[in-house]
Order: sequence, then C-alpha cells, then structure tokens
Amino acid sequence: MSCRRPEHMAPPEVYYNEEEAKKYSQNSRIIEIQTQMSERAVELLSLPEDQACYLLDVGCGSGLSGDHLSEVGHFWVGVDISTAMLDVALRREVEGDLVLSDMGQGMPFRPGTFDGCVSISALQWLCNADKKTHSPPKRLYRFFSSLYSTLARGARAVFQIYPENSEQLELITAQAMKAGFTGGLVVDYPNSSKAKKFFLCLFAGVSGVLPKGLESEATDRSVSSQAQFTAQRSRFKNMKGKSVKKSKDWIVEKKERRRRQGKGVRADTKYTGRHRRPHF
Amino acid sequence: MKLLTHNMLTSHVKGVVKGYPLVIKATEVKVNELEFNAQFVSRMIPKLEWSALIQAAEWLGQSQDLPSTLIPNYEKDEDFLRKVHRILLEVEVIEGCLQCPESGREFPISKGVPNMLLDEGE
Repeated sequence: MSCRRPEHMAPPEVYYNEEEAKKYSQNSRIIEIQTQMSERAVELLSLPEDQACYLLDVGCGSGLSGDHLSEVGHFWVGVDISTAMLDVALRREVEGDLVLSDMGQGMPFRPGTFDGCVSISALQWLCNADKKTHSPPKRLYRFFSSLYSTLARGARAVFQIYPENSEQLELITAQAMKAGFTGGLVVDYPNSSKAKKFFLCLFAGVSGVLPKGLESEATDRSVSSQAQFTAQRSRFKNMKGKSVKKSKDWIVEKKERRRRQGKGVRADTKYTGRHRRPHF
Repeated sequence: MKLLTHNMLTSHVKGVVKGYPLVIKATEVKVNELEFNAQFVSRMIPKLEWSALIQAAEWLGQSQDLPSTLIPNYEKDEDFLRKVHRILLEVEVIEGCLQCPESGREFPISKGVPNMLLDEGE
C-alpha cells in the first residue's frame, strides 16, 4: 500500500492534527488548489443566479471552500470530523456555521434543508475502515441516504474526490445510486496526470444533464472526454463488406455467382434490381 | 452555532424517530452583527419550523416580541424580516449543550461548534 495517501496514514480526526491543519491556513499552494476546486465545484452545482442559497459543506476543514461560498453570496453550514481543522476555521473567522460530525454517521439535519452540497477532497476518507466496527459500504450508504434527505428536491451535490482506484470509485457511486441519487462522474483534464480532477455530481430528485469535464488547461474545450455522438444511423455496420440483402448490388452479385455455376440466369438490364412502383 | 443551524439540526442517534427540536442549554450566548439579506431570510422562512425557532429564542432569552405564529405576507414586512434575521443569523450559542428530546443524549457545544459525533453503536 502506498504511504503517500493521507487516508492510509491515520483516521481523519487524527491525521488532521494541529500541524497538518496549520498548512491549510499558511501554505499558499494548498490554499490556491482548494480555492480552485471549490470554484469549480460551485460552478458544477449550477445554482440559480442572484439568489443566496443555503449550502452544506461536507469536510469543510479550515473553511477554504466555505470562503468561496461566502464570496459568491451563499450561506453555508460546514461539517468536519477534525477539531484541529475546525479550530483553524474558527480562528480564520469564517462566515458559515460549523458542526463537528462524522459523515459516516449520517448528516444530522432535517429533510429538505439545503439547496446544495459541496465537498472538497473528503469522500475518499469514507472508503477506509479506521475502526473495527467500520464498514465502508455501510458508512457510505448511511452518509448518502441521510444527505439525500437533507437536500431539497432538485438540489445537487458535488464531491471533489481523489479515488485510489476504479474499485473505490465504483464503491462510492454504487452506494450513491443505492441511496437514490442520479448523476455521475465529471473528469476535468483527463489527459493530464497532475491537473486531472474527479468531481462526482449527484442530483437529488429531478435528474439534470451531467455537465462535461474540462479538457485541457488551455481554453481548448472543443474535444470531448465522452464518446462522440453522431446523428448518423449505422444499420449495417456488422456486414463486413457484403452487400445489403435485396439491394441492387446484392442481386447483381448473386446473378454473377449463379452464372459462374452454369445456371440459367436472365441478362442484366436497366430494370435489374429496380424498385417497383407502389401498388395499392 | 446560529439558531438557523439549530432549526435544521436533528438528533441522528439510531432508533430516534423524531429527535427534534434539540433542547438548547446555553451557558454563553453572543450576538454578532451580520449583513441583512431580505431575500435570503424570506426564502428561508418557509423552510423553518417556526414553533421550534420561537422556543429556541425563548430558551436564550432573545424572543423580543416575535409572534408565536408566522404572520401572513411576511415578504413585504421588512421590520419583521429584520427581527427574523437577527434571531436566525446574529444570535449565536457559544458554550452549552444540545439535548435530544427523545433519548436525552447530550451534544456539547464548545466555541460555537456543536459536537454531533456519536459513539460506537449509537
């Protein structure tokens, strides 16, 4: 197992100690990346414009993502499991309200409360069993099902995640779908190993159209990461060079073949293989 | 913790059916000035459990002649919206605890952050 992934080192409430939390208020690189990801997550939420919304930030940590939410005029509630990170958030005097809670234990909110949910680099923590009693699929399900109910109908939830492998991704999406969400994964910059970002976009209730991932870091947005869709119908794609049955080519070929076999075949004329006029 | 958050919080202890509203036992309450946003407040009012809000305000001694039932046409009554804004977003519980009305489980609040962590098997 790789030791570079923070999930493998310690449970989140232990890993994000004071020292780690300090980085989130001082390290400008971390701050920049977190802010960028929150901007993109809010974009993917596609909230109604000119309207202050009530949002949930799961794994808010030091409130960097929340700062962006406040900046664009939304009110938010942050949930995190690390007291050290929440202390940093308090010191930074973030505008949102903070709650200390474990996402695997479900969201302690009334149904239909929030207009949307963002979460930056938090969901992958749920895929680890940090205690004997933890079961990642169960915890994921408890999280997603309680989140589904706390969201207003038609609301979206956007999770930026760092999945370890495809199985982990499958585990997360399977539990989300089981809880009733629709939606899927948006991959930004899929061809870049560094800038590649996964956003899980989930819809509660009304299903929306899944937005596309950004392509390259330049403004080149023309190439799509999804399979190209063409309006052209390919009815005969499995014919492998053979002519379509009952077509003129097919008839001419068949007559030629029978001629070679020495059978009696009528001569080819301009009427060969022609459609007859429609009869009543 | 703002009272808006309190209005939305429920107890998520296993086996609790309603767990709402959580009883506030505050030892320290603060009032923070915050910019007034009429649109947001009037949008949140239908989502609120009004009786729970009034009760919470009473527990904190901040009820300040808020009507016990919601008035009609509140969208146009700026005076009323300002009052609601004050109680929802400006009054904050700093220290104290929340108690689940059903199971009696207490959730401590420290430095304004309610601790909703559950123990194993809860």
